[in-house]
Amino acid sequence: MVEFFTNTNLGIVLVILGQCLLVLIPLLVALAFLMYADRKIWAAVQMRKGPNMVGPFGLLQSFADFLKYIVKEIIVPAGADKFVFFLAPMIAFVLAVITWAVIPFNDGWVISNINVAILYVFAISSLEVYGVIMGGWASNSKYPFLGSLRSAAQMISYEVSIGLIIIGVIISTGSMNFGDIVGAQEGGFFSWYWVAHFPMLFLFFISALAETNRPPFDLPEAESELVAGYQVEYSSTPFLLFMIGELMAVVLMCALVSLLFLGGWLSPVGFLPDGVFWMVLKMSAVFFMFSMVKALTPRYRYDQLMRIGWKVFLPLSLFWVVLVSFLAKFEVLGGFWARWTMGV
Amino acid sequence: MTVAAFTFYLFAITTVAGGLMTVISRNPVHSVLWLILSFLSSAGLFVLLGAEFVAMLLIIVYVGAVAVLFLFVVMMLDVDFAELKAEMAKYIPLALLIGVIILMQLGMAFGAWDYADAVAANIDAPKGTEQNTAALGLLIYDKYIMLFQLAGLILLVAMIGAIVLTLRHRVDIKRQNVMQQMHRDPAKSMKNIDVKPGQGL
Repeated sequence: MVEFFTNTNLGIVLVILGQCLLVLIPLLVALAFLMYADRKIWAAVQMRKGPNMVGPFGLLQSFADFLKYIVKEIIVPAGADKFVFFLAPMIAFVLAVITWAVIPFNDGWVISNINVAILYVFAISSLEVYGVIMGGWASNSKYPFLGSLRSAAQMISYEVSIGLIIIGVIISTGSMNFGDIVGAQEGGFFSWYWVAHFPMLFLFFISALAETNRPPFDLPEAESELVAGYQVEYSSTPFLLFMIGELMAVVLMCALVSLLFLGGWLSPVGFLPDGVFWMVLKMSAVFFMFSMVKALTPRYRYDQLMRIGWKVFLPLSLFWVVLVSFLAKFEVLGGFWARWTMGV
Repeated sequence: MTVAAFTFYLFAITTVAGGLMTVISRNPVHSVLWLILSFLSSAGLFVLLGAEFVAMLLIIVYVGAVAVLFLFVVMMLDVDFAELKAEMAKYIPLALLIGVIILMQLGMAFGAWDYADAVAANIDAPKGTEQNTAALGLLIYDKYIMLFQLAGLILLVAMIGAIVLTLRHRVDIKRQNVMQQMHRDPAKSMKNIDVKPGQGL
């Protein structure tokens, strides 16, 4: 029986399919409750009740929304490019999902353990702009088009600084594999990269907000100016796909922050065991921060957003790469920034 | 057919079909989208070769940045494409000439061409045990460091040239002073006045 799953092509395909479902289904269910948590936190900050009608404490609200989205009618605007119009939400959804193939939840709990995992995540998240830009163009309408142009410029700008911050972490680790990156942070709360790469944790978090179009950088869908940006003409399931894709990108950024800076599945104290529990806890904590930022901050002006991206974050993260290279090369503080030397 | 061969043909056919559709589709935005598909499938071919680092770079640089720029330009340009298509007939002889030359070059490269012994030895050299990211890094930053620096210098000069050519200072426009805007506070920019009823200011 075991032979069938490890040796034959059909068996291997079945195993991979099973692993994908094992990641995807809990992720989608978790997404429903994260959506609920997002709205509840937002409501709590504004002293409202938030969703509280469907199910106990409104826990099933997301599922009710889901049903509503899929049974509504799909409206295609006249003059829309039909093929691209429907391709865009699918791309947004699929790209958000396939990144999870390389995200580990525990030591070895990963569908595909590739050498260039972090580059893969970066490459796929740089493609996510296509869903937005295609959706905005194919709608053949002015608000979506403006929204998609804004979004494209914004996502490309912040990708640059995210890439440079990731390079700092890669230099410290000497590997692009997530397992190695987390392994290099072993040794308790203060040896995680948030200490070694302290200011970059905040830069990464803010860049992640801009990259995923979350408030205060949600200019692509700024409802007071552009109605809802690139999503204006979308309804029903295509809209749902955009929403899921967007939220999944946010959760992915939470996972990235946990893996790169907060030690992934490592336990903060020595006497508690490492495990998937810590990873989930850290991701939830980062997601809580995402929600709080959404509730607390007013929206940025577009030129200020661009100024921060290009004139503040880019020079800072570039400087940090140079600094980390020096610190790692000369093994300052006993190789605190050069973790590849510690294991050898 | 093994899985690897099947995937190779899948990617290869998609690449060629994407390239073909790039040329023949009527809508330029569709052309760019087909071009992106073509890029992605060639990244897949690189993965099959075991060059995963190059594949990821191809996606990040070409698909993530260059193609977005193409898409931007094509979407925003207001060009009458029917007119452009009509004019294209004029250039067909030139295009054919270029195509034939490239075909001949390819024929030479794969038919009559012979590598020097040193190059052939390099090609056949067994792959090291290190990951290809590390191997590439050693080659570029260690063995060919001078060439790498030279390439960087040329790019820097090109960038400075582009900036110098396009930079112009206009005197008759209003500019923002960001620092001034950031340090503006209510105390400096407004005052509270206690207005008596019936009097106004």
